[in-house]
Amino acid sequence: MTHREKASFIALTVFLAVFPWIAGMSRSFGHYIDVMIFAGIFCLVTLGLSLLMGFAGQISLAQAAFFGIGAYGSGILTGHFHWNPWAALLASAGAAAAVAWIVGVPALRLKGHYLAMATLGFGVIVHIVMNEEVDWTGGPSGLGGIPGMSCAGRKISGDAAWFYLVWAFVLAAFLFSRHVLHSRIGRALRAIHDDEKAAEAMGVPVSILKVQVFVYSAVLASVGGSLYAHYVSFLSPGSFDLMWSVRFVLMVVVGGMQSLWGALVGTVLLTFIGNEWLQVFADFEILVYGGILLVMALFVPQGLVVWLDALVRSKARPVSTPSDNGS
Amino acid sequence: MDENAVRSADPVLELRDVRMHFGGVVALKGVSASIPRGIIQSVIGPNGAGKTTLLNCVSGLLTPSSGGVVFQGEPVQGKPPHEIARRGMSRTFQHVALFPRMSVRENVMVGRHARTRAGFWASGFRLPFMRTEEARIRSDAEAWLDFVGLGAERDLPAGALPLGKQKILEIARALATDPVLILLDEPAGGLNTRETEELGELLKRIQQKGVTVVLVEHDMNLVMDISDRVLVLHFGQVLACGSPAEIKDNPDVIQAYLGEDWANGGGGPHGRSSDSEKEEMSC
Repeated sequence: MTHREKASFIALTVFLAVFPWIAGMSRSFGHYIDVMIFAGIFCLVTLGLSLLMGFAGQISLAQAAFFGIGAYGSGILTGHFHWNPWAALLASAGAAAAVAWIVGVPALRLKGHYLAMATLGFGVIVHIVMNEEVDWTGGPSGLGGIPGMSCAGRKISGDAAWFYLVWAFVLAAFLFSRHVLHSRIGRALRAIHDDEKAAEAMGVPVSILKVQVFVYSAVLASVGGSLYAHYVSFLSPGSFDLMWSVRFVLMVVVGGMQSLWGALVGTVLLTFIGNEWLQVFADFEILVYGGILLVMALFVPQGLVVWLDALVRSKARPVSTPSDNGS
Repeated sequence: MDENAVRSADPVLELRDVRMHFGGVVALKGVSASIPRGIIQSVIGPNGAGKTTLLNCVSGLLTPSSGGVVFQGEPVQGKPPHEIARRGMSRTFQHVALFPRMSVRENVMVGRHARTRAGFWASGFRLPFMRTEEARIRSDAEAWLDFVGLGAERDLPAGALPLGKQKILEIARALATDPVLILLDEPAGGLNTRETEELGELLKRIQQKGVTVVLVEHDMNLVMDISDRVLVLHFGQVLACGSPAEIKDNPDVIQAYLGEDWANGGGGPHGRSSDSEKEEMSC
């Protein structure tokens, strides 16, 4: 990692470590811990999606469906079959991986945005299954009675414990993704993004790599879904529909596709906007989302993180000495 | 190695009646050729003769409509390009196709992809073998950059290099795949005289490493200077094939492509087309 990146990562870790404590001090901000838990869960989805969009150059409109496979998988396996939650999490992730592979192989062999189309259809199918398989999923009235989780023999209870568990997952996924990006695989992905034909001629198996990234994004989304199921303990199909897939895409776009930091920033920001600050708009929320997307596409197409980074650098330039190599 | 000694007698690449048509347009009308190991084989011909199409058919970017491409004794037509690259064939592109946002070094590092193996998991967990491999990829890439003379530029973004150096970088990237055969599509296009001379020397050094070179080029001085054999394509067919001296004296080639003036060593007054291509033999 560069110094700058290392510093950012340490700052993030410290911020997360003290966040529940600081937020807990004030009555009016106490529930921000809860919002941040959701933001963390969504970050798992968007980290994978940002790898897929920003580096493999593909859009998936089924991330809410994979999120749902994780959630319902965990909910059903622990609720109906009394599995251990961790085993259920792994099994659901395996199922999501298998499904992503089946959907991804034909779609990603073709050049162009066939994955967006295939995942659009797939997401709708999954949503229908959640609504119709009443015996298993509870249908539109939902699936309740999902047990909590325990870690190292201790039950996870209370917002602070959940906060740390979820964000530990996020940091792990962030580091894993970052390592992948700075490896042979990540180089090949960036090469595909710059010039697919040249990458292929240099021996990079383009479609295999795209499928791998898609499967990875599905696994992360599924893990997020499993955590979600145990945290909220009640699932209804409305949390896994196409609108949520679009929201995940929007989170990545707002933060910036070309950077994993973008996924984190965009997700936290939009979760706060959606859960907290936009509640006053009620049914018109969708219009506000559309407005955000429009403004971003027109004025900040590279995303907030890249834009802010450039802003900071341009402001810092007159101050820094010529020998400065800290960037 | 013994195996190599035995194999060196075989052609490294054989084209068997390769035909390519795009709808009604016939780009290749049955090209057959056999390219021995270790030579510099040039392919020349007017624009639209099918040279780039031929390279694309050989390297897997196109699947020939019919006919066979046999690389190191095995048919490869219809195989995906990355598979063909893995078998030891690499190439450059007529219109520079680098990864512009990546550094010069990283561009060459991508060339090592097929020769290394750390996958998704190994990379994500930074397993020890992956770290050693990564360091090795880096030093191999730097060695190739030194070989082509781009060592000083290795940290620059590839897109920031002048065109001449981008062309050389493409060659370094192709070499990093450890090719047996390298296909170069107009590497001298856009280079000045001095750069072209340096390119000629570089191609000789590549040949000395035992790599077979197929060179598609319009710069006749370069072609006649360094080639062991020259193949002339004309309207998707082989018009002639032989040593540079034979090609220079071949009346068909002179009429179709080189022009009388080139044979006489003079300038090129026959401005058949307005685009000032080198093939109009001003050289």
